[in-house]
Amino acid sequence: MIEIDKVTKTFGAGDVAFTALRDVSVTIRENEFFTLLGPSGCGKTTLLRLIAGFEPPTIGAIRLSGRDITRLPPNQRPVNTVFQNYALFPHMSVAGNIAFGLEMLGKPKDEIAKTVDEMLRLVRMEELKHRKTSEISGGQQQRVALARALAPHPEVLLLDEPLSALDLKLRKEMQIELKRLQSETGITFVFVTHDQEEALTMSDRIAVMSGGRILQIGNPREIYERPSERFVANFIGESNFLNGQLSAGSVTLEAGGTFTVQPPQGVADGKVSVLIRPEHVTVAGTGAEGAALTATVENVVYSGEATVAHLKLKTGEAIKARASNLPGASGLLETGAQVGVSVAPGAVTVLVD
Amino acid sequence: MSEQAAYRPGELEAEAQAADNRSRWMLALPAVVIITLAAAGPLMVMVVYSFLTPGDYGNVVWKFSLEGWMNTLVQRDIFDDTLIWADAHLSIFWRSFSLSLITTVLTLIFGVPTAWFIATQPPGKREFWLFLITVPFWTNLLVRTIAIQELLRSEGVINLVLLKLGIIDAPIQMMFTNFAIGFGMTYVYLPLMVLPVYAAVDKLDFRLVEAAHDLYAGRWTAFRRVILPLIKPGIIAGSILVFIPSLGAYVTPRVLGGGKNLMFGNLIELQFGQGRNWPLGAALSLMLMAAVMIALMWYVRVTSREQSDG
Ligand SMILES: Nc1ncnc2c1ncn2[C@@H]1O[C@H](COP(=O)(O)OP(=O)(O)O)[C@@H](O)[C@H]1O
Ligand SMILES: [Mg+2]
Repeated sequence: MIEIDKVTKTFGAGDVAFTALRDVSVTIRENEFFTLLGPSGCGKTTLLRLIAGFEPPTIGAIRLSGRDITRLPPNQRPVNTVFQNYALFPHMSVAGNIAFGLEMLGKPKDEIAKTVDEMLRLVRMEELKHRKTSEISGGQQQRVALARALAPHPEVLLLDEPLSALDLKLRKEMQIELKRLQSETGITFVFVTHDQEEALTMSDRIAVMSGGRILQIGNPREIYERPSERFVANFIGESNFLNGQLSAGSVTLEAGGTFTVQPPQGVADGKVSVLIRPEHVTVAGTGAEGAALTATVENVVYSGEATVAHLKLKTGEAIKARASNLPGASGLLETGAQVGVSVAPGAVTVLVD
Repeated sequence: MSEQAAYRPGELEAEAQAADNRSRWMLALPAVVIITLAAAGPLMVMVVYSFLTPGDYGNVVWKFSLEGWMNTLVQRDIFDDTLIWADAHLSIFWRSFSLSLITTVLTLIFGVPTAWFIATQPPGKREFWLFLITVPFWTNLLVRTIAIQELLRSEGVINLVLLKLGIIDAPIQMMFTNFAIGFGMTYVYLPLMVLPVYAAVDKLDFRLVEAAHDLYAGRWTAFRRVILPLIKPGIIAGSILVFIPSLGAYVTPRVLGGGKNLMFGNLIELQFGQGRNWPLGAALSLMLMAAVMIALMWYVRVTSREQSDG
């Protein structure tokens, strides 16, 4: 278990001081696949470096399994890192790289040899054992970096955008591979990505970061379906934002229709903005039963497995409706047509902002 | 070109290739001329001279002789004409070799941390430090050596300060010792070590050092297992750049070593000057060159073997 306790990190001093992390607190559980998700520059790498011990926090404490490791140098922490650029030792072979951590821990020779072979098998790289790291492909380097970090069997594995340099197909394969490795080894994974889809498919829990803060922590379903802020909703998936009036547990949209909601804490009755995911919005004929709103069709975009209709409500607000394409169905919507719009029950989420 | 009508495939290409080769030779010509005149030519003169007989007032007499080569290692006893080892020469060889080695080691000890320090400064400040390191290059070697003499001599700065502080009662004799030569050569050749090592450290990816610490390496182990192997090319280049000119150093041993503590370069100079034995001088020069080449090959082989082991 890793506890990040009110950590602030400021680089530089005076005029050039830059605060990369602001009062960040999070508890990462044992054996968890925990993901830090956020746009570039939001402080994900900085938080990883603090956990690894490459930098001390300016304020706050970091505890590992209850032990305060805030000032412990990196070589004394049972934490290993898969670096974004892999940082493989160019003067050592694949096997030499994987053996390095074990040698530093003073493990006996035969045990090292055994673990190295085991790791090579785990990442499916047995044939390339004696290759130089400069003579293997990016995907293979990525696996070696993974094997090198896993070999000493750390309590925590930190992965800094390990898949971002790979092409799409390889990335999908490695996503599955990483999940397999995590469940096989039982090691806590702290995974950094700026790819929301990757975060949703792989994580037990996700922390969404922006501007050096953690905005929301939750499992993928909570993050996707109940984002607390507009930023989170916008960063993850497609969103419709509408204005409405909250009173006594239900929201009446300006564009019409009243929906039962579970408002988050700290949101008072009154004007609010709400989120509705496009796939929870259905286009129906005008006056169709359950169609709470009416709209004009602005544009229809076909994208293979789904069709997205861009609609304009009578308030002028834009709303997107996304529907899976069924075999043989022809496009019924025409630009400029008046349509009814229905929203799935429970699909309206009140945002904090 | 016999079949004019249909040119065979490949003919045009061959023609173009030939023209290309010709123009390449033309381009290389100045370099070939300079290398012949400046390097190969004098070398041939030396080889020929080393097999001739010394003239009475210097120069050579065109008569074949092996005396020049023999005299590098042995000499004839003046009384009974037997051959004995040329002890003076051997001690000079040994002094040259050991002082050059010591100079190389000293420049390593002082140069590597200096290079490291400069390379880890913020980019704006590096130029300043590099500038300081290279300033001595722009000053005449003789002037710098005499400045060192000012430091070392009996009434020099070091002795005066030590006397004033009461650390010593009488001045220490530092001039005209091996220490003085080693001190002077280390000073003179230090930049030749610092610059290549700086270039290597500058290229070093510090994320690899972090990776080593992440994998439980302490400072010293990270240095030995990751940093050292990666900056080794710079260290090798620096060592070669210091060791080779040290072996043939002439000005510094002459000024700081006086007449007694000769080094290889001074011995050679002596044969062409007062010694009036040009064949011996030529033979000694070629010997020095051969020694340098053997040392180089050995060094490169040993270090590159270690590299592939790691
Ligand atoms: N050593 C440093 N000195 C100054 N600023 C830094 C340093 N490291 C990171 N930063 C700044 O902190 C912010 C967060 O960086 P980082 O954690 O690398 O973001 P991310 O990994 O989320 O893209 C960036 O604006 C970056 O410029
Ligand atoms: Mg980053």
